[in-house]
Amino acid sequence: MRVRVLLFLLLLPLSLKAQGFAGLGTDADGFAVPQRGHVLEFPRDHGAHPAYRIEWWYVTATLTGADGRDYGIQWTLFRSALAPYEKDGWRSPQLWMAHAALTTPDQHFVTERLARGGIGQAGVNAAPFEAWIDDWRLAGPDFDRLDLQARGSDFAYDLELSAQGPLVLHGDRGYSVKSQDGQASYYYSQPHFAVTGVLTLPSGPVDVTGTAWLDREWSSQPLSEDQTGWDWFSLGFDDGTRLMAFRLRGGRGDFTSGTWIDTDGTATPLPNGSIEVAPLDLTRIEDRSIPTRWRLILPEKALSVEVEALNTHAWMDTSFPYWEGPVRVTGSHDGGGYLEMTGYD
Amino acid sequence: MRRAAIACLWSHWARHPLQLVTLLAGLALATGLWSAVQAINAEARSSYAEASAQLGVGQFDELRAASGPIPLERYVALRRAGWQLAAVLEGQMRLPGGSVEVMGVDLLTYPSLPAVEESSEADGIAPADALLAPGLLITRPETAQRLQGQPGLPPVTLSQNLPSGVVLTDIGTAESLLNRSGEISRLLILPDQGLGLAPLDDLAPELILVKAEGRSELARLTDSFHLNLTAFGLLSFAVGLFIVHGMVGLSFEQRRGMIRTLRALGLPLRDLTLLMLGELLLFALIGGLIGLALGFVVAGALLPDVAATLSGLYGAPVDGALALQPGWVALGLTMAIAGTLAASAQALWRLSSVPILQVQGQYAWSAQGLPTKLQAGLGLLLICAGVWALVAFEDLIAGFVMLGGLLMGAALLLPPLLSLALSFGARRARGPLGEWIWGDMRAQLPGLSLALMALLLALAANIGVGTMVSSFRLTFTGWLDQRLASELYVTASDEAQGHEIERWLDSRADAVLPIRATEVKVAGQTVFLYGIVDHATYRDNWPLIAEMPDVWDLVAEGRGALINEQMARRMDLWPGDSVTLLPGWSLPVAGVYSDYGNPTGQAITALPALLERVPDLPNTRFGIRIDPAEADALRRALIETFALSPDAVVPQAAIKASSLAIFEKTFVITGALNVLTLGVAGFAILTSLLTLWAHRLPQLAPVWALGIHRTTLAKLEVLRSVALAVMTAMLALPLGLILAWILLAVINVEAFGWRLPMHVFPMQWLILLLLAIATAVLAALLPARRLSRLPPSDLLQVFANAR
Amino acid sequence: MLLNVETVSKTYPGGRPVLDQVSLALENGETLALTGESGSGKSTLLNLIGALDSFDGGEITVAGTALSGLNERGRATLRRESLAVVFQQFNLIPSLSVEQNLSFQARLSGRSDAAWLAYLTERLGLAPFLARFPEQLSGGQQQRVAIGRALAARPALLLADEPTGNLDETASAAVLDLMLELVGETGCGLLLVTHSAEIAARLDRRLHLSGGHLA
Repeated sequence: MRVRVLLFLLLLPLSLKAQGFAGLGTDADGFAVPQRGHVLEFPRDHGAHPAYRIEWWYVTATLTGADGRDYGIQWTLFRSALAPYEKDGWRSPQLWMAHAALTTPDQHFVTERLARGGIGQAGVNAAPFEAWIDDWRLAGPDFDRLDLQARGSDFAYDLELSAQGPLVLHGDRGYSVKSQDGQASYYYSQPHFAVTGVLTLPSGPVDVTGTAWLDREWSSQPLSEDQTGWDWFSLGFDDGTRLMAFRLRGGRGDFTSGTWIDTDGTATPLPNGSIEVAPLDLTRIEDRSIPTRWRLILPEKALSVEVEALNTHAWMDTSFPYWEGPVRVTGSHDGGGYLEMTGYD
Repeated sequence: MRRAAIACLWSHWARHPLQLVTLLAGLALATGLWSAVQAINAEARSSYAEASAQLGVGQFDELRAASGPIPLERYVALRRAGWQLAAVLEGQMRLPGGSVEVMGVDLLTYPSLPAVEESSEADGIAPADALLAPGLLITRPETAQRLQGQPGLPPVTLSQNLPSGVVLTDIGTAESLLNRSGEISRLLILPDQGLGLAPLDDLAPELILVKAEGRSELARLTDSFHLNLTAFGLLSFAVGLFIVHGMVGLSFEQRRGMIRTLRALGLPLRDLTLLMLGELLLFALIGGLIGLALGFVVAGALLPDVAATLSGLYGAPVDGALALQPGWVALGLTMAIAGTLAASAQALWRLSSVPILQVQGQYAWSAQGLPTKLQAGLGLLLICAGVWALVAFEDLIAGFVMLGGLLMGAALLLPPLLSLALSFGARRARGPLGEWIWGDMRAQLPGLSLALMALLLALAANIGVGTMVSSFRLTFTGWLDQRLASELYVTASDEAQGHEIERWLDSRADAVLPIRATEVKVAGQTVFLYGIVDHATYRDNWPLIAEMPDVWDLVAEGRGALINEQMARRMDLWPGDSVTLLPGWSLPVAGVYSDYGNPTGQAITALPALLERVPDLPNTRFGIRIDPAEADALRRALIETFALSPDAVVPQAAIKASSLAIFEKTFVITGALNVLTLGVAGFAILTSLLTLWAHRLPQLAPVWALGIHRTTLAKLEVLRSVALAVMTAMLALPLGLILAWILLAVINVEAFGWRLPMHVFPMQWLILLLLAIATAVLAALLPARRLSRLPPSDLLQVFANAR
Repeated sequence: MLLNVETVSKTYPGGRPVLDQVSLALENGETLALTGESGSGKSTLLNLIGALDSFDGGEITVAGTALSGLNERGRATLRRESLAVVFQQFNLIPSLSVEQNLSFQARLSGRSDAAWLAYLTERLGLAPFLARFPEQLSGGQQQRVAIGRALAARPALLLADEPTGNLDETASAAVLDLMLELVGETGCGLLLVTHSAEIAARLDRRLHLSGGHLA
């Protein structure tokens, strides 16, 4: 669940005050709205959907270096539409933003890119698949074999991703509900990527291997007006099972949801309330208290684990800041994954 | 004791309020004119700095095309190679009565702009409003007014955080406003580039890297203008100090008896000196503050014209409004105090070194200047030093050093020369009265010489600057006639219309001369490169100042280029030299032409040759040759046929008129300062005459007693003042002409990049002579009137009482 | 009659009368001393006779010209042509040389006589100082120049107001001697104001002024 893309609008210097978090719940005007029962179609739906307000291509990977250390990388391309159409030139209403991050146990590198659609500086093609902004790319002959590149002033990475299993559709065949009021998005993932490649750090290059998780989501009205932020987990366990879970925090109580993914890729939706999420430890970052150790309990799967940040200071100091970084999982299931938290002001 | 001494010293001013007023007025005038100029300079400079900050200009390295715009595709390719760049599209948007600068930036990537933040915070503008059609314009309120009523413009939002005359908008909006789709003027290279990028030289060899400079190009361009103003301010300051010097001297002289008594009563000399120093500092402070107020008013009055000059000449945005700046106040007061001390140093020194009971001669105070020969020698030395500075350094500062040396030296030489002239006159004098008049003038000279120096400087500056301005005007109008040879100038709204107009005119006009240009960088400087067709209009009229044989054949065949004088002088390129106009395209300089009023470099070559290298040269402007009698009809037909706005078809006369208007504005401030300087000099003469008044009675009383009527004496007083002024004016004439020559041949070349032929205007001299006479008459009138009404008993007092 | 003063009165604005109904007469070639205390009005009387100031009542006739009928221009002409004055100080024109000063009045009145001037210069012992300027002379020398200038124009009447008042005794005697001798040679009348009885005694006649009245 990565609705923060709407924050994109807040990044614009023009709109510092124009919208707050509450703006996420505004009604879609002129934009298409996800419909239950709509059948996703590939490779077409890997591409961009300009008629929807927001959309993203989101890769996280937990990696182990040849040096034996743990690493995590994030690569996100957001699309945000000012109007539900595309147009050539500077006056395209399609705006693009990307974040890239590289996390080590003691360091966290972040960089950001902005671009406008319509001039070719950023965009997404469905087949052959290519998502790009400036020189950052996620591209390959098809969606199962992808190259991933990004660089900032102090780090870079160049990874090869190959899918080891099928796409996973969340919710009702990709229709994912986000609140008690029924706001929803289209949401699918490819959680089965095996990764090899090279990270470039200030200290030099490091060969890495590991796993990656790719999320695809688009919508026009993802949050309710009372929802203020979220905690989102994508976890892979040593036995080959996977869990996506999120909690939306709101005035009317939390809304939780998730998907249990079996070793063969079979997805089981987890309805609101079926998973229990509780913060254990807080870390002070930039005058905010951010939970960096969590307990997750999913009775249905006899799961009770502690999730702990690899680096508690995985702070995304971008135009609109949030926390995102790799985690270790211990307890009834061991493993690793990624955690994202927003709205802790 | 001290309190009593202060009361005693002060009693002098209480009894002579006019002296106090004059002293303060002198100080205020000196400080005022200086401060006015400083305020104008400071305001203009802070406008440039503000403009640079407001637009983020000069803070980042930039990429520019060697010629013309950067294509959008190039930008995207560089972006996709990883370079973090911000695109800017700039251009002039024509409005009735002038144009505004449109600055279109990619709002998404451009570094934070204060105006954007201000207007978005205040007005809550959403991204969609700014980025999507119709877009949003951000301007100052003044600029917004000029946009009012223009059809088809996007909504306007206001911000104070912009230079005037600038319209800030998103690059997408700018494209459509300027009708320049897919074009980029320059690319900012943003900080924090990614690791391991391919070098720009490899990726985009055709683009030129322009390094960020601490100061804006504007500040450099306008430096010379401000130096000019500063020189004028200093001149006024010096002239004002003559008044202060005179008044301080007078007050010391008149209080000599008091000082003697105070010392005899036991007040230590040190205390007395300190008290008088304190008194002077107090006056400096008061006079300085009045001067600052005066300066603020004068600056406020002159600033609009200066702003018009700067924007007309350099396109520099300067606010018409003046803000009070603390640095300016501090500098003004410092100058007032330093000036007062300098002007009173002589009096203070004498006070502290004169024995208590020294018997006073009649000329005790006024006569003790430098020995004549020493003064003359010093004057010559200063002139030589100035000439040496110019020969040795040959730049703008050296030019002003030479001016300074010349003026100071000439001022020092004035009294010896006048003294020489007076003794010559005395030898030729017939009759006792004549002898007396000459002798008396000579006797008065030491007391008047400072005031006469002030008059000399003011007159010389007037002649010099007047000659320069008039020479410039004459040359400029002649040049305009040559340069604006076409009868009509037309601007099409786009290329297609340009084509149609060209076809349409083919059968109707004697000739259609396309005006097609592109912006190039030569040796790092912006140069506008024009392509022309071969036509007699150019061959017959173009104002060449240096040329190779067959210059026009070379240009017509694209085997040579013409460059303007500014470019020739700046880059030291002259006929026969080679100039690289575009990467890989060098041409010999075939000729150099004068190009007044244009701060940037310009080059001309054959249109076909230029089109080979720059195929997308815009083709929307034309000069039209036609029988002048038919020009008006053709103009109307053009406007009707192509639905052009009347602004788009400009008759030659209109361009000439507007060029001359800009020209006249340029020299408004010069003229104003000229008049003020002369006024101050007149005031200096008046104060000197008043100072001398105390000495006049013992000189006049015997003559009167011997049977010369008071009215006659009064008339002679005026005559003497006039005679001295006329003699000073005679000396000011050659000095002024030398000054004019330096201004035209040295200062102008360094400041503006053009040299002007010097013309002389005897009629102006005559007017100035009359003005000098009027000044002298006015200055002498008050003392003379006083004399003619003096009761005989006052004159008799001279003989009766010991002074 | 060279000079006739008849019941002349003078009052300065806002003050007591300085002169009250004063009358006196002087023949050609006659010398008259006018003595009195400070403020007795003797200098005022001399100034009135010298056409330097105007009087309120009575009449003064100098060489046949009645002063009351003259405007200022007429008075200036009379001063130039018929009178000469030697004051206590500041007689000379500072901007002119001794030589120019000496001849000044004679030339003004058109009665320049080179031989007479040379004689006067010689007699006054001024020959070595002709090129000098007044401020370069001693007090006695200055007064001698003033006397020479006065007599060079051959005035009908010489008026002298304490001409030796600023000089020490020796210089004073020398200057007075010279003046009286030359006045005698010139044949003009002399009216001399002095407070010294000794000096007054050397003149033909003596009048004493006290409180604006002749005694």
